[in-house]
Amino acid sequence: MTQIFQNHASDGRQKTKWLASRIAIYGALILWAFICFFPIYWTLTTSFKLAPDVMRGNMVPFWDFTPKWKGWQSLGLSPDQLGEVSTVREEFLKRFWNSAIVAVSASTLAVILGSLAAYGLSRFNYRFGFMKNSDISFFFLSQMILPPVVLALPFLVLYRSLDLLDTRIGLILLYTLMVLPIVIWIMRDQFQGIPVELEEAALVDGLGIWGAFMQIVLPIALPGMVAAFILSLVLCWNEYFFAALLTSTDAKTLPVMVASQTGSQGINWWSMAALSSAAILPLVIVAVFLERYIIKGMAAGAVK
Amino acid sequence: MHSEGDLLHTVTTDDISETRRRVGVWMVRLSAALVVILATLQAAYEGQHISFGFDTWRPVLVAYLLWATALCAAQIINNGEKGKRTLFVLPAVLFVVSLVVFPLVFGLYISFTDWNLASQTGARPNGWDNLRQMWGDAFYWNALRNMVFYVLAVSVEYVIAFGLALLLNAQIRARKFFRVIFLLPLMLSPVAVSWMIGKSMLEVRFGPLARLARSLGWDSPSFFGSPEMARFMIMVMDAWTFIPFMMIMLLAGLQALPREVLEAAEVDGASGWQRFKEVIFPLMLPVSVTAIIIRIIFKLKLADIIINVTSGGPGGATDSVTSFIFREYRDRSNVGYGTLLAMVYLILIILFITALLKVVSRWMERPA
Repeated sequence: MTQIFQNHASDGRQKTKWLASRIAIYGALILWAFICFFPIYWTLTTSFKLAPDVMRGNMVPFWDFTPKWKGWQSLGLSPDQLGEVSTVREEFLKRFWNSAIVAVSASTLAVILGSLAAYGLSRFNYRFGFMKNSDISFFFLSQMILPPVVLALPFLVLYRSLDLLDTRIGLILLYTLMVLPIVIWIMRDQFQGIPVELEEAALVDGLGIWGAFMQIVLPIALPGMVAAFILSLVLCWNEYFFAALLTSTDAKTLPVMVASQTGSQGINWWSMAALSSAAILPLVIVAVFLERYIIKGMAAGAVK
Repeated sequence: MHSEGDLLHTVTTDDISETRRRVGVWMVRLSAALVVILATLQAAYEGQHISFGFDTWRPVLVAYLLWATALCAAQIINNGEKGKRTLFVLPAVLFVVSLVVFPLVFGLYISFTDWNLASQTGARPNGWDNLRQMWGDAFYWNALRNMVFYVLAVSVEYVIAFGLALLLNAQIRARKFFRVIFLLPLMLSPVAVSWMIGKSMLEVRFGPLARLARSLGWDSPSFFGSPEMARFMIMVMDAWTFIPFMMIMLLAGLQALPREVLEAAEVDGASGWQRFKEVIFPLMLPVSVTAIIIRIIFKLKLADIIINVTSGGPGGATDSVTSFIFREYRDRSNVGYGTLLAMVYLILIILFITALLKVVSRWMERPA
């Protein structure tokens, strides 16, 4: 039996080339994954280190250092303290709640306002004074280039006379304003992808335009709304600039707390690491489980 | 992308009685009058012309909200079906106008005053003094120059992000795993990043990167000592957080490329590099331009990392405009001057972005 298909010499070369490209691709992927992940790993492990471990530069838990709860104790979050009353924990949880409430309310408000506006702009013809649909869209989207610093000082003065300084409501309003253009951008893209015939059918069947919007369009656009919501949530949770200027004691958010600790002299590495970990963990979890929504949100509008 | 003309066309017969219309109109008028009256009274009270009034301007805010609600309700009362359509957009428009336009106009006023929150006297208009002070303020010009460097750094970020997007788009295993890991830096708050990287990993004695630098032969690593190095480190940290953002936009673009064109190129015997240069890159231009412009817009707001890691040092070498104005307020409570700087920055940004959009608009269209 003779072999019908012979391996040509060039096939071997092809194979080496293929192997080399595989190695290069995976090498690059793993290198970048390492660059992305190492700071997070470093922060998480440092929160379990003691001073000597930090100074010796120990990296791997259980192998070259024994994890201790010291860092988490300084936040009152170590297992042995969970049953007890702890003022530091109270403080931390207060900041955490402030961040959570502000981020969730602002994102919700922005998604509601933004979806309505985006739907209206994608379906009807408006004329506010000299502004037509495209002008109104541009007006909303142009808010994106407005740097926060321009609004910050006027808002500081306005909020002082409105008694809104250091309140959650004040922050919620500003954060909503900040993410609204992004929500409108994403949602406009979503609604343009939904065929108008669906609503026409609903209108024929006797629904009003709001009825058609609520019962027909919203369920279809829901994934897009979730994407916009998550993206807003991330932006609001991480926002520092406005929070640093406009809050002092009551409404202080987590990033402001983290920043105020870094400024102090003689940083306790373990407690700072624990605090940073606690501040980033919620979003790391969000990223792992809701990654596809985040990507959907950011991809919308980029590709037309 | 705009479609003028009603996509969803509705034919309605609205029968709105004269009384109903009158109710709607007067609702708006009365609530507007309430806002004006309350605001005048409050202003008179603060100016010590009358002796009674509220402690804060909050009642005016409540009256304003009432007016906004009345205006929305009046749309339906006055215009029926047409009003229902307006109601989709009106809340958002009112929200943005009252939160942007009003503060901007107010900001324009305070930027021509010598308002310092620490001093007892309120705002006093001081003409062009702030502008003159800005003209001679070397630190502000320095911050603007730094912004140019920071914006230029976007080009390097773009190259890296494009590379990563190509990698993720290749035939690989565990694509989802890598995508999640690559996305992580974007999730972290810049403040946490400033501590994690800027203050601990780059710490000169114990930080892992300092150790690495020492083992590579740099005896006394100092990452924030010289101006160039400090600026570079800020760029690196900002890039680390925001590269995933561009990467995902570019990845979405790559995945939307028409399969047939790529296959045709392959059949025609184009090498990998040729395929990239002649097919993929030109097809990706619109997406690339969008991603770069959005990234530049975000870059122009850069502040958090600088405020927390270097506070603008050494000698203002890392200052962005935002962080500079932030300190102008934090250290000197100088609201008037700070606002003027911000206003000038806004004008510069608008000019820059408009010019940029003009220049790149011809690449935004996808080649047929």
